[in-house]
Amino acid sequence: MTTASQQQKRIWRRNSGDVGSGAGDSGPCGAGPGGSGPDDSGAQDAPQPIGFLHPKFSWATLPDRGFYGLSFIMVVLVGLLTLSVLAVLIIESWPSWRQFGVGFLWSSRWSPTKEQFGALPQLIGSMLTSVIALILVVPFSIGAAMALNLLVPSWLKFPLSLTIQLLAGIPSIIYGFWGLYLLAPWLEQVIYPVLLALGAEESAGFIFAPIFAHIFAAPGSGISLLTAAIVLAIMVLPYIIAVMLEAFDAVPPALRESAYGLGATTSEVFWHVILPSARQGVLGGIFLGFGRALGETMAVTFVIGNAHRLPQSLIGPGTSIPASLANEFNEASSPLYLSSLVALGLILYGLTLLLFVLARKLLLSEEGSAKPATAKGKS
Amino acid sequence: MSFATPTPTAHRLRHIRRKFSNLCWQGLAWGAILVVVVILLWILSSLVRNGWPGLISADLYRLSTAAPGSPSGLANAIYGSLVITGVAIIIAAPIGILAGTWLAEYGRHHWLARKLRYANDVMLSTPSIIIGLFVYSMAVATTQHFSAWAGSLALAIIALPVIVRVSEDVLAMVPNTIREAAAALGAAKWRVIVTICYRAARQGLVTGILLSLARISGETAPLLFTVLGNQHWSTDFNAPMATLPLVIYNFARSPFDDQIALAWSGALLMTLFILALNLIARLFARRGGR
Repeated sequence: MTTASQQQKRIWRRNSGDVGSGAGDSGPCGAGPGGSGPDDSGAQDAPQPIGFLHPKFSWATLPDRGFYGLSFIMVVLVGLLTLSVLAVLIIESWPSWRQFGVGFLWSSRWSPTKEQFGALPQLIGSMLTSVIALILVVPFSIGAAMALNLLVPSWLKFPLSLTIQLLAGIPSIIYGFWGLYLLAPWLEQVIYPVLLALGAEESAGFIFAPIFAHIFAAPGSGISLLTAAIVLAIMVLPYIIAVMLEAFDAVPPALRESAYGLGATTSEVFWHVILPSARQGVLGGIFLGFGRALGETMAVTFVIGNAHRLPQSLIGPGTSIPASLANEFNEASSPLYLSSLVALGLILYGLTLLLFVLARKLLLSEEGSAKPATAKGKS
Repeated sequence: MSFATPTPTAHRLRHIRRKFSNLCWQGLAWGAILVVVVILLWILSSLVRNGWPGLISADLYRLSTAAPGSPSGLANAIYGSLVITGVAIIIAAPIGILAGTWLAEYGRHHWLARKLRYANDVMLSTPSIIIGLFVYSMAVATTQHFSAWAGSLALAIIALPVIVRVSEDVLAMVPNTIREAAAALGAAKWRVIVTICYRAARQGLVTGILLSLARISGETAPLLFTVLGNQHWSTDFNAPMATLPLVIYNFARSPFDDQIALAWSGALLMTLFILALNLIARLFARRGGR
């Protein structure tokens, strides 16, 4: 132990009954770790002691130490929980990786009876539904966030944003239920015949007809990948709107006003000023929505059809990683089957983690503070 | 055209074109908002239309789920959902608030706090089915049986990061002058936190707990591998228990009309409960001037 750190500990002990432990606590507006407000001392970046078991024991400071220790243990518990989720997934899926190797990722066989497992159908199903959901949802969310940011009169803003928050609060099983009984039949009767017709010979699809014929092949059933994608799109819509709106609202009003002052119309202000300056927030929101769509279970399970083969058509049944887990986990009889399902979970976790890191990078670099927008859509 | 002085007609044409495109874009943006509202109304109206008849019958709250054809209700599922989420919140709330306290009061700028905040945000974005797998491996595979405890544990793990997050945010918003005033009167730091900061941030803390409760009330995926579900009335926490989301999941895909009707009623009940929680939390937070 160097003298310097002992000195620091002594100082800390002297102040331990004081509020000053979070040295240079910035006010409620919270200048981030990078920002340097006028009241920020240099000490804020220096590591502060966390040792609650101080060598010099005293009864007077026992409750203080106890409370500190308790809260410290709890926060460490949260951290350990995060690590242990990853650890448990890796350990539990190990037999499967040892048996099939990395080829698990691109093998498309899924046969519980022959003990042959491959993740490709689920992986493709997950990616397809999520990507299509994003393609569907991005124009709507940009439009809705634009309206909320620029067009909606202030008295209407709270009810509308409340509506969007309520939509975000509806549990996914309700979306699945609704999708199965109302959306899927409607799509099957109204929308999918049109898509099938596009692929037919001499159709309105012109030169694209062969492509449409391939993508939108029969059966054109309501229980399909496309239905799952549409339900997913509806589910992630409120989250993406919330993140985008936050990014749009963070654009300095001076920029907007000066654009108006130059004579720009509202749509020009949006496309040339607000959208470019909130670019990263928009991208971050899209990545967040992507992660959410990938992990969504119940809504997808209801409408995707759970067919364990490579998808033949967008309007035919398929499966996704979470849907497979929800359907088969309790029926998995052999250890290898179980382990392969956990391996699917690990792949899913890895993907969502990757998207989370990307989204967080984008959102943070935009705000330039320690307050990421990740939770705002939820809270 | 832009460098030459525009002729009056060209000028007017451009003016019309800009006006027109502005109108189009605004219309599209309003359309997008409209779509969001219509979808919400469609979902809610279909829930009410299909679930209302069952919701107002007393049998729903008196009887347990039964074989198709016999009179049945959702009493066991409602009870199971209430106690399982209740226990989950009782587990998660103290842990979450204390962890948030450390992040906001003790380690605000500490390097460890930055890492732990990151870890908490990772937890926040982890798919709930992954938490289900985790708790299955930790609590079900080791004890060899499904139980309500495992379900509560899974829901607590899902609620925890929300509570940590909100607690930290609202505690960080308590003005420092209040802390300094309390400390100047001679209060030890833990007294300052418990009697001053918690008091000042009370509304926010309650909002966080309500929001996390709303979030876990509808969770289904993590319950599949942990609680499993139960046809009968059961209060044994060491055994599988019926919960509303699981009953909805199983009955919605049933071929029997009465079970589907029961699922609709359950879905309406659950949605109303969650929407009410969300509304209360938001209005609470708004009134508190957050």
